[in-house]
Amino acid sequence: MTDTSLHRRLPDRLTTRTQRLLRSWEVLLLAVAVAIFTFNALASPYFLNVWNLSDATFNFTEKAMIAFAMALLIIAGEIDLSVAAIVALASTAMGYALQFGVGTPGLVAIGLGTGLACGAFNGFLVTRLGLASIVVTIGTMSLFRGISSIVLGDGAFNGYPASFAVFGQGYVWWVITVELAIFAVLAVVFGVLLHRTNFGRAVYAIGNNPTAALFSGVRVDRVRFILFLLTGLMAGLAAVCLTSRLGSTRPSIAMGMELEVVTMVVLGGVNILGGSGTIPGVVIAAFVMGLVTFGLGLLNVPGIVMSIFVGALLIGVIALPRLIGKLRA
Amino acid sequence: MTDVPVLALRGVTKTFPGVTALDGVHLSLFAGQVTALIGENGAGKSTLVKTLTGIYRPDGGSIEIDGVPVRFATAQDAGAAGITAIHQETVLFDELTVAENIYIGHAPRTRFGLIDTARMMREARSLLASIGATLDPATRLRDLGIASKHLVAIARALSIDARVVIMDEPTAALSQKEIEELYALVATLKAQGKAILFISHKFDEIFRIADRYTVFRDGQFVGDGLMADVDQDQLVQMMVGRSVDRVFPPRTHSPGAELLKVVGYCHPTEFADITFTLRQGEILGFYGLIGAGRSELMQALFGITKPSKGVCRIDDRISVIRSPADAIAAGIVYVPEDRGRQGAITALPIFQNVTLPSLRRTSRHGFLRMAEEFTLARTYTERLDLRAASLDQDVGNLSGGNQQKVVIAKWLATQPRVIILDEPTKGIDIGSKAAVHAFMAELAAAGLSVIMVSSEIPEVMGMSDRVIVMREGRMVAELAGAALTPQALVRHAAGIGADKTKVAA
Repeated sequence: MTDTSLHRRLPDRLTTRTQRLLRSWEVLLLAVAVAIFTFNALASPYFLNVWNLSDATFNFTEKAMIAFAMALLIIAGEIDLSVAAIVALASTAMGYALQFGVGTPGLVAIGLGTGLACGAFNGFLVTRLGLASIVVTIGTMSLFRGISSIVLGDGAFNGYPASFAVFGQGYVWWVITVELAIFAVLAVVFGVLLHRTNFGRAVYAIGNNPTAALFSGVRVDRVRFILFLLTGLMAGLAAVCLTSRLGSTRPSIAMGMELEVVTMVVLGGVNILGGSGTIPGVVIAAFVMGLVTFGLGLLNVPGIVMSIFVGALLIGVIALPRLIGKLRA
Repeated sequence: MTDVPVLALRGVTKTFPGVTALDGVHLSLFAGQVTALIGENGAGKSTLVKTLTGIYRPDGGSIEIDGVPVRFATAQDAGAAGITAIHQETVLFDELTVAENIYIGHAPRTRFGLIDTARMMREARSLLASIGATLDPATRLRDLGIASKHLVAIARALSIDARVVIMDEPTAALSQKEIEELYALVATLKAQGKAILFISHKFDEIFRIADRYTVFRDGQFVGDGLMADVDQDQLVQMMVGRSVDRVFPPRTHSPGAELLKVVGYCHPTEFADITFTLRQGEILGFYGLIGAGRSELMQALFGITKPSKGVCRIDDRISVIRSPADAIAAGIVYVPEDRGRQGAITALPIFQNVTLPSLRRTSRHGFLRMAEEFTLARTYTERLDLRAASLDQDVGNLSGGNQQKVVIAKWLATQPRVIILDEPTKGIDIGSKAAVHAFMAELAAAGLSVIMVSSEIPEVMGMSDRVIVMREGRMVAELAGAALTPQALVRHAAGIGADKTKVAA
C-alpha cells in the first residue's frame, strides 16, 4: 500500500446540485405540466378560474395519496394491484358500520384500520410465504372486491353524518380543499421518508439488489412488510376521502383506480422494475394527470376519449428521453 | 495410437483487460484416449473450454483439427467441427423433454419441415440405450436428477456425432454410484474412438480413467505426458509449482487471545461438525475444492443460512446469529465471493454502498446526514486506495478490483472484530490483489481477526497463520507452520491417501 499522504482526496460529487436538477426527469415533467397548463389556459376561457382549478384537484388528490406509498413499494421492487379493491372494502366497512350508528371518528378509524389490515395481509403473503407481489395482489384484488360486493349486493350505503363530509368536501382556507392539504402534507412526509431517512435508503437498496441489501444487514422483509402496511393505510385514507366526497358507498367505487395510481407513479419517473424514482416526480405527475383530465373535461371530451389521451401521454412522456437519446447518438 | 491428434492447441493466448487467462498454452487430444486437464482454480481451465467451444476467440496461437488449422467464429462452428462440452452445471432446457434436449437444433424432420416426433423419440431411445441409460425420452428434464441430466448431455453429444467430448468436472455433483456409471460411460465413449478432455480436481479419478495429462498453472502450460509415467506427487508438484513465488506482505504481529469459538456447527446438507477457534489478529485460511462447503459455512456464521446445530461464541459470550444484521451487531462481517450479486449494489453510488450497514452511526434519529456519510465513506475508501472519480460515482462503473475495495470499505466502516473474506481476490487484477493482500496484513496487525476462504494455494500459503482444509462439508485437516505445504493442502482437499490425522501447530 502506498503512503497515505500521497492520496488524492476523493471529491464528494463532480456535479453540482443545479446540474443534476437540470438533467432530471422531474424538470422534463415540469415542462410538460407547464405546457399543458398553457394549452388549457388558451383553449378554454373557464380554465383560469381559481374555483374551477380547486375543483380539478379532486381528479388526483385521492389517487396521489396512494401513489406516494405505491412509489416506495415499486422502488423497492414490489407492487400492490389490490389498492382499488382495498378502497372499496374500506368504504364498504365504513358503510356497514354506519348501520350501527358509528360516528365520524369511528368511521375514520374503521376505514384506516381496514386498509392497514388488507396491507398486512398482502405483506404477510409476500414476505412470510415468499410469493410474488404481483400474483398475490392480483389475487387479493378479487378477494377484497368480492367481499365488498357480497356485503353491498346491488345496494349502496348512504346517509353518512354531516361531520364526515369535511374530508372530501371541506376547505382549509379559501380555495384550498382538505384533500389538497392532506395531499401536500403527505407529499412532504413521503418525500422526507424516501429521500432523507435510513428507511428510504433501505428502500432503494432493496429495489436495486435485494440480495446485496440483505448481505449488508438491511432487514429486507421487515422493510417490505412496512411498505405494504403503508400502502394499505394510504388506500384506507383514500377510501375515507372518496367516500366523504361522494357521500355514499356503491359497488363500482374506485373501479380501475389501481391502474391510474400505477400510471401516476410511472409517469413520475419511478422505474417499474424498481431501484429508482422520486417523490417530487410523483407530485408533478399527479398535477399533470389532473390538468389533462380537467382540461379535456372543459373541452367536453368524453371519458372514454380522455383515457386515450392519458395513455398516449404516458407512452409519449416515457418514450421522450429515449428518443432524445437516440437523436443525439 | 495415432500420431496426429484429433484436436491440438498450439500457443493459444487469451487476454482480458488486466489479466492474461491463457498464455501460449498447448494441448493435444487423441482419438480413443482420455486426457486429464489439471490445474488449480484460476489456472485457465474454464477459459480453455470456452475457447475450444467457440465462446471465446483466442488472441494468438492456433487450433488444429486433424492437423488442419481452424477458426471458430461461433459456438455453432465448434459444434459443427465435432466439439462438444458437458459442463459442470449442464446447459440444458428444463421445460423440454429428454428427446427434445438431445435433438434441439438438429431434430429429424418430416417432409413438411416439421419435427418428426416419432422418429426423434425412437432415435433418442436407441441412443440412450447405447450408453446404458434407461431414461424415457418423453420425460421432462426438470423431473430428472443431476446424474440423469449428465446422461442426456452425453447423449446429445453423441447425437451430433461429436469427435471431441469435453467434460468439465462431471463428477462434482454426483453420488458414488452415479460416478461409477459415468466412468463406465467414459469407457464406452473411448471405445467409440472419441477424444475426451476430462477436467477434474480429484486425483483418484484422474488416475483411474485418464490416459494422458496436461497441467496448467496461472494460464501457462506446465507439462503433459502419459499417466503411466507419473505419480500423484509429481502431478501435485507441477500443479502448485516449485514454491510460493509471488510476493506477499510480511506478517510481523503474532495472533493474540482467542476471540471467536465455533463449536459443532452443522447444516442439514452442506456441512457438519465444524469446530474451530479464531484468535485476535489472526488470519485463518479455509482451503478446499469448490463445493467443499466453505462458503455455506461462512454464510451460516454471517446469519444468511441457519445452522441446524452448534454455537458461536465471541469473547466467551454466546452469540445467537439469525440474520446478517445480528452478525454485524456481533462484529462479524462477510465479504462474499459473488461481488456483483451479493456484495455491491452496482446502481447506487460509492458512498451509499459504504454507509449502508453503518447508517445507524451516520444518521440522527433515523434521518440521513449526508456530510457524515461522505466523511465515513472517504475515510475508508481512501485507506483502501480506491480509484474513482468521486464518491458519488455508481459502483457499477468501477473495475472489479475497485468494486471489491468498496465492499471491503463498507465492512471496515462498521468497525468489525471478525472479517470473513470469501475468495477476496478472485477475478481481480494483480495490482488490486497486492493491495487487498497488503490490507489484510494491515488489518490483522491492527487486531482484526480475518477468516479467508481461498482456492488459490499461493494466497492461502502466503497470507494465513493457520489453514483449515475442508472436504465434502467436513474439516479434514488443520495445518500450520512446517506442516503447511502446498502438497499437504492438495492432498487433504482432494482426499488423497487415508491420512486424516490432525496436524496442529
